[in-house]
Amino acid sequence: MFLLNILDDTDPYFWAFIGVGLAIGVSVAGAAWGIFITGTSLLGAAVKAPRIRSKNLISIIFCEAVAIYGIIMAIIMQTKLNEVSELVLDDYYAGYSIFWAGMTVGLANLACGVCVGICGSGCALADAQDGSLFVKMLIIEIFGSALGLFGVIIGIIMTSNANFD
Amino acid sequence: MATFNVDDGYLEGLCRGYRSGILKTTDYANLTQCDILDDMKLHLAQTDYGDFLANESKLTPTLIAEKCREKLINEFFHLRAHAVEPLATFLDYITYGYMIDNIVLLITGTLHERDTSELIEKCHPLGMFDAMATLSMSHNVSDLYHSVLVDTPLAPYFVNCLSEEDLDEMNIELIRNTLFKAYLEDFYHYCQTLGGTTAEVMGDLLKFEADRRSITITINSFGTELTKDDREKLYPEIGFLYPEGIARLAKAEDIEQVRGAIDYCGAYRNLFQETSFNADKSLEDAFFEYEVELNKLAFEQQFHYGIYYSYLKLKEQEIRNIVWISECVAQNMKSQINQYIPIF
Repeated sequence: MFLLNILDDTDPYFWAFIGVGLAIGVSVAGAAWGIFITGTSLLGAAVKAPRIRSKNLISIIFCEAVAIYGIIMAIIMQTKLNEVSELVLDDYYAGYSIFWAGMTVGLANLACGVCVGICGSGCALADAQDGSLFVKMLIIEIFGSALGLFGVIIGIIMTSNANFD
Repeated sequence: MATFNVDDGYLEGLCRGYRSGILKTTDYANLTQCDILDDMKLHLAQTDYGDFLANESKLTPTLIAEKCREKLINEFFHLRAHAVEPLATFLDYITYGYMIDNIVLLITGTLHERDTSELIEKCHPLGMFDAMATLSMSHNVSDLYHSVLVDTPLAPYFVNCLSEEDLDEMNIELIRNTLFKAYLEDFYHYCQTLGGTTAEVMGDLLKFEADRRSITITINSFGTELTKDDREKLYPEIGFLYPEGIARLAKAEDIEQVRGAIDYCGAYRNLFQETSFNADKSLEDAFFEYEVELNKLAFEQQFHYGIYYSYLKLKEQEIRNIVWISECVAQNMKSQINQYIPIF
């Protein structure tokens, strides 16, 4: 069966580049998701309570931070991608580790973006009713934001020994 | 939850903004201390109502109610204009109840030989549909159905009450209740197809509405010509009382038996007990109060459509409160002024 050797025969660069793509792509998807969830609620609530406009942009910024984590990881990972004349075992290790680090970071940031988005939406609506609730809701968002950070830390640890040389 | 805001996030924020404009106990405290209607106008100007009475010279309670209702209807149509499916269908379903009331109004008015344009002015604006003016031409129900109603969204509700008999007083009320039963059941099943939080919240609200109608129909039918079989056909088949309580209600002959029929349902038992302890409070008032509690609870959850229905009901209660207070002020009967139902 020609399929049996597919994992052996696939070039490690294939995995590595897809990993970089996942890191940035899925993180941005998470950030975008979070921003639209918060943004629409903020727009609706601000019609009758204009005072919430500026403060609640902080929720949007938290969602944006998720995309920034993705960019940072993608940049770190792609600096490890050098062209090699002959593939050795270390290069296979590098390929796999960059792929799965990218997957880890991407999925963690996706979850984080959605979480911060939904919290931010609730925060905007609660702030419109009662201004004293804003700071408390923000603390919940900060905890949600930490999830993306966990993904980045693990990603960095996973790729620390990976290099193509 | 994660994709609700794509289509409906803005309107939810807007509806909650409207909800925060509902009059609070401090506003009611100010209103009840007014001595003349102009004072009320002053106090209302500081609430979300603003200067809605600015151009009116002669204030009467009916005028104030009309203007409040106008504001509510403008808000509802604003929400409806911005809604996309499935919220648009949901908001349309809310208006069908008013359509039924309008149809019954027009038919009754025609029976009493009133002028059609006068009647159309009295119709509820939320329940307008095309071809309302031609309702006056019909003489029996199947006529009415084939000429006018088959094009409206209410067409499927007429299945049970098409008959060749002429429209007369008794028949009209039967028609109204049959239509409303079909409408409630249809709305309930539609909400269940929407699923999620909407199904849960609206399910509770509509079940209460169905039970309230069953109990009210039963109590109002004591001493009339309505037979028990006919009465049973008017009970909606959704509701906490279905099927046990409904079967017992169908056999009830006086209010004690009604009390026994609903006894197993804790909430309604408490309502009946409240009316027996408190001579001033009628069963209707107790139902209104309970309805306000249920509608307030709908706002506790996010990402569902129940808030639009609840907002409409709470504003209607607010308008009833304002009318009560303004009538008391206008007639100088301050002793009863605190019998409105506070919302927030």
